[in-house]
Amino acid sequence: MEVGYPVLSVIIFVPIVGGALMTLIPRYMEGLLKVVALVITLATFVLSLPLFTHFDKSTHMMQFVERKEWISQFGIQYYVGVDGISVLLILLSAITGILCVLISWNAIREKVKEFYIAILLIEGAMIGVFASLDFFLFYIFWEAMLIPMYLIIGVWGGPRRVYAAIKFFLYTLIGSVLMLVGIIVLYKKAGTFNVLQMHDLHLPYRVQMWLFWAFLAAFAVKVPMWPVHTWLPDAHTEAPTAGSVILAAILIKMGAYGFLRFMLPILPDATKDMIPLLMGLSVVAIIYGAVVCLAQTDLKRLIAYSSVSHMGFVTLGIFALNQQGLEGGILQMINHGIVTGALFLCVGIVYERTHSRQIADYGGLASVMPVYAGFFMLFTLASIGLPGLNGFIGEFLILLGAFKAKTLAAVLAATGIIIGAAYMLWLYQRVFFNEVNEKIRNLEPMEFKEAITLLILAIFVLWIGVYPNTFLSFMHPSVSHLLEQIQRATPEAAVAVNMTTEPQGIIGLLGSSGGL
Amino acid sequence: MEYVLWIPLLPLIAFWVNILLGKGVLRGQAHWPSVLAVGGSMVLAVRVLFDVIHGQTMNQDIYTWILSDNFRVSVGFLIDQLTAVMLIVVTTVSFLVHVYSIGYMHGDKGYPRYFAYLSLFTFSMLMLVMSNNFLQLYFGWEAVGLCSYLLIGYWYEKRSASDAGKKAFIVNRFGDFGFGLGVILIFVTFGSLHYMPVFERAPEFISRTVNIYGLEVNLITLIALLLFCGAVGKSAQLPLHVWLPDAMEGPTPVSALIHAATMVTAGVFMVARCSPIYDLSPTAMAVVAVVGGVTALFAATIALVQNDIKRVIAYSTISQLGYMFLACGVGAYSAGIFHLYTHAYFKALLFLCAGSVMHAMAGELDMQKMGGLKRYMPVTYWTMLVASLSISGIPGLAGFFSKDEILFSAYAAGGVGRVVWVLGTLAALLTAFYSFRLIYLTFHGEFRGTEEQRHHLHESPPVMTVPLILLCIGAVGAGWVGIPEILGGKNHFGEFLSPVLRHPHYEVSHAEEWMTMALSVTVAVVGIVVATVFYIKDTSIPVRLARRFPFIYRVLWNKYYVDEFYNLIVVRPTLFVANSIIEGFTDRKVIEGIVNGLPAFVGWLGAQMRKVQNGVLQHYGMIMATGVFVILALLLVKVLGG
Repeated sequence: MEVGYPVLSVIIFVPIVGGALMTLIPRYMEGLLKVVALVITLATFVLSLPLFTHFDKSTHMMQFVERKEWISQFGIQYYVGVDGISVLLILLSAITGILCVLISWNAIREKVKEFYIAILLIEGAMIGVFASLDFFLFYIFWEAMLIPMYLIIGVWGGPRRVYAAIKFFLYTLIGSVLMLVGIIVLYKKAGTFNVLQMHDLHLPYRVQMWLFWAFLAAFAVKVPMWPVHTWLPDAHTEAPTAGSVILAAILIKMGAYGFLRFMLPILPDATKDMIPLLMGLSVVAIIYGAVVCLAQTDLKRLIAYSSVSHMGFVTLGIFALNQQGLEGGILQMINHGIVTGALFLCVGIVYERTHSRQIADYGGLASVMPVYAGFFMLFTLASIGLPGLNGFIGEFLILLGAFKAKTLAAVLAATGIIIGAAYMLWLYQRVFFNEVNEKIRNLEPMEFKEAITLLILAIFVLWIGVYPNTFLSFMHPSVSHLLEQIQRATPEAAVAVNMTTEPQGIIGLLGSSGGL
Repeated sequence: MEYVLWIPLLPLIAFWVNILLGKGVLRGQAHWPSVLAVGGSMVLAVRVLFDVIHGQTMNQDIYTWILSDNFRVSVGFLIDQLTAVMLIVVTTVSFLVHVYSIGYMHGDKGYPRYFAYLSLFTFSMLMLVMSNNFLQLYFGWEAVGLCSYLLIGYWYEKRSASDAGKKAFIVNRFGDFGFGLGVILIFVTFGSLHYMPVFERAPEFISRTVNIYGLEVNLITLIALLLFCGAVGKSAQLPLHVWLPDAMEGPTPVSALIHAATMVTAGVFMVARCSPIYDLSPTAMAVVAVVGGVTALFAATIALVQNDIKRVIAYSTISQLGYMFLACGVGAYSAGIFHLYTHAYFKALLFLCAGSVMHAMAGELDMQKMGGLKRYMPVTYWTMLVASLSISGIPGLAGFFSKDEILFSAYAAGGVGRVVWVLGTLAALLTAFYSFRLIYLTFHGEFRGTEEQRHHLHESPPVMTVPLILLCIGAVGAGWVGIPEILGGKNHFGEFLSPVLRHPHYEVSHAEEWMTMALSVTVAVVGIVVATVFYIKDTSIPVRLARRFPFIYRVLWNKYYVDEFYNLIVVRPTLFVANSIIEGFTDRKVIEGIVNGLPAFVGWLGAQMRKVQNGVLQHYGMIMATGVFVILALLLVKVLGG
């Protein structure tokens, strides 16, 4: 691991400092602003590559660790590092940054300077979120990301942007406040903000349960899990393309990441007891999200609801609490980022030309923009889990893991795959097939920049589909270690487990072990 | 045998060449990479056949596809007798269809796209039959389904075509739902997805049961039935047959290749491949046999009254696939595969002949508007006649040998076998009838089309007729490798497959064997004679019959209203729930209402914010800074307080 610079700090602060320096460029030099933003994101990506090439896949230990005293009287440190759970998300963030700059090149015409600064700040903050091993630092990045995101929706968004932005802000803020309370309680118990030390805390069961609800509120809103998902369709729909891509690719992954990094290892006993609830909510999200997609008439809204369904798969895999489920869940986070990000990019490309998101305004697009249609088809197929493409690998591992954990949950979740094919192919038919809609007969073909952004993602779709081990191999030791952490229940908790009554109703049904 | 890697690889390369260069560079020459690739695969497939005949088999992993803890599955190839047969079927039919398509698709604006899809299909189908594990099988399974979707909807500007493609994919997903769960259950049970360890260990689980909410179900039966769900979808058996007739919206060579000879037979192949599992479950076997037998008869009755030339052949395909399942269900796997192999040639030939007719008739599909074409297109007529004789089961032709073996095996198996034997024999009668109804309506009598159509009638070019003649040779001679012993022959085909597929021994007399054979020949002849009477001697009979039995006629004409039924119980309720209940009520009213607490509050805040949002970014900056400050202050206060 001989990299000549502190990789994580560099990739966190290159975009942030770069964004700050961009304030010095006069706002009328829009071309320069764009080029500088592109160079910064490209540099960030290149500088992040050692995470991929120099990562030691044989250990669960944190790597690329940097640790400095920061606010020592409160035990707050600047403490960053990556393991197999976070490293791929950081790489995905770095790639997403580039795509966002490219896709906004022509789309953003007002307040160009502020837009790119916001994008860069988000990029730095989201890398920071995934790299932080100090809870305080994590919280700073978590919140720091919220504000520019709010601005991107509220300033550069569609007609109902203000409503969407406020809704987004309120939802996530309420979650954040509860998380803040949770962090403070944890600090009082542990006497440190060091996340890894908190992993060994062995909290009493009752405390775990209270903290569980606080963290669940924070992370479930971000994922979003059913029924706190309703901010997502509005935020996605109103956000500019780059905003939708960041939301889909990274921001909603922060919730699932929170489950993996904090909830499971710090509160293992409480979480284990609530598995029936969590898996039940995941299954509801999968089916509910898919069914709602059938009713959508707006392109972006449909893809947004499909995110609810796909993130249901992610959480289902995570809460299966076995190797395949967890690895599938983590891989599906990456897959969903790539595919849904790509679908939003695709919608952005035609939106720039037609300024309509209504499915009914399209039709026969395959004749007008054939290359674009080919890319869209690829991402559609990846989204519905065609084997050989990335979505399948994640979904299959998740279903396998869930089948082992709670068979009924897997069976019900698998119905989501049928509905998934129905709504995506119906969407594709309405947009690309049938007779050419007169409104779109003269659309310009794809530009080079647009094609490149899609090509980058298409390569990953195929790569993960054909040879997923490149990516799965990062996860094995970290996921095994996480499972070990969950398995060791505290004696006190074991008693509490016996005392809890059997859960009832549909959730109980999902949770009942034994049988098929 | 490392060269087998090239068998799927060549079409895959051709696919990429056509996708990348087809539109810009190759254009009208786009068939070259695809035809050369499949030609190469065909040559290699023949080499595989010889190697296998000489006792060389192979089961080798190429690379580890997915690895997660104890879950490990590879991309790998299993080359044995069954694979060798499938390779020959797939590559030869695919090659001939490729060549035929050069003529049929000439001048189509999507020419390179067409050949790209054909190559992708060939690649996927080869991956499917060469797989050595269930997950790669599943890959091929879904990938051929994708190609089917793309090719059915090839003329995507036509609403009916894009509808049909979508329908095919979604209906198949219902079957794949079961298939996928079956694959997962196999892994959970055996700890592996590779065929060999699973098949070897299957007998250990023979008496294992699982409890599904109080119902004790045999584990092996459950696995077999789940897998069979996939086969029912892919091979268009009851009740998931509805997609195949609609699939006729695709170009006709595609119907010949995908929807007759290869893809739709994947279900039969899968059941045969998994015969070590099916053999352990009499229940699952009975289900397979009955589904096959009922489908064979059911589809044949519909074919009696349809006027669309391709749909008649489509229902005939469903019916013939039923025969193959019927065979597998009574344990005569090699008979099923034998029929798969002969059917590939005579059915592909029927479709390509229909395509040749459409080519001459400017795309006309209604047989009532044809007639008398014999004079204008002799090659098409004679080859199609041979194919029809073959499918009817006239002795000496390919279809006779395979169908006879199936019916005899069903009879000899006894039990459920006797029931499906009756179904199969009845279906054979109908098969002969509708096949000759098609011939007579299309080629005999007076021409009933428009003057303009008559003016353009012509035989197809050699690039199309030569494949017809070659397939015709197959439709005649393909069965000669499996001549029953009572006719003085030897079942080389069944013997060749015997290392993979169990060969049942029956305790029945030669007299009974003669009886079943005589019966199946008799029903074939009767069917043809009745068709001759109805459509040559006295053409008023069919009309009078339809008037006499209007109810039966209407039910058959409307295909037993299955589509309407599904529309009523699946499609419309789902959309209703999606539109009104989930989206319109639950999501908009209940969840928004509860979770937002006060949606009005959001609205009010929005109004306030709109005042601030004058495009002055400083305000936002200030809000942002204030937010961070408040949060930090709060934290510090709390921390200090603690």
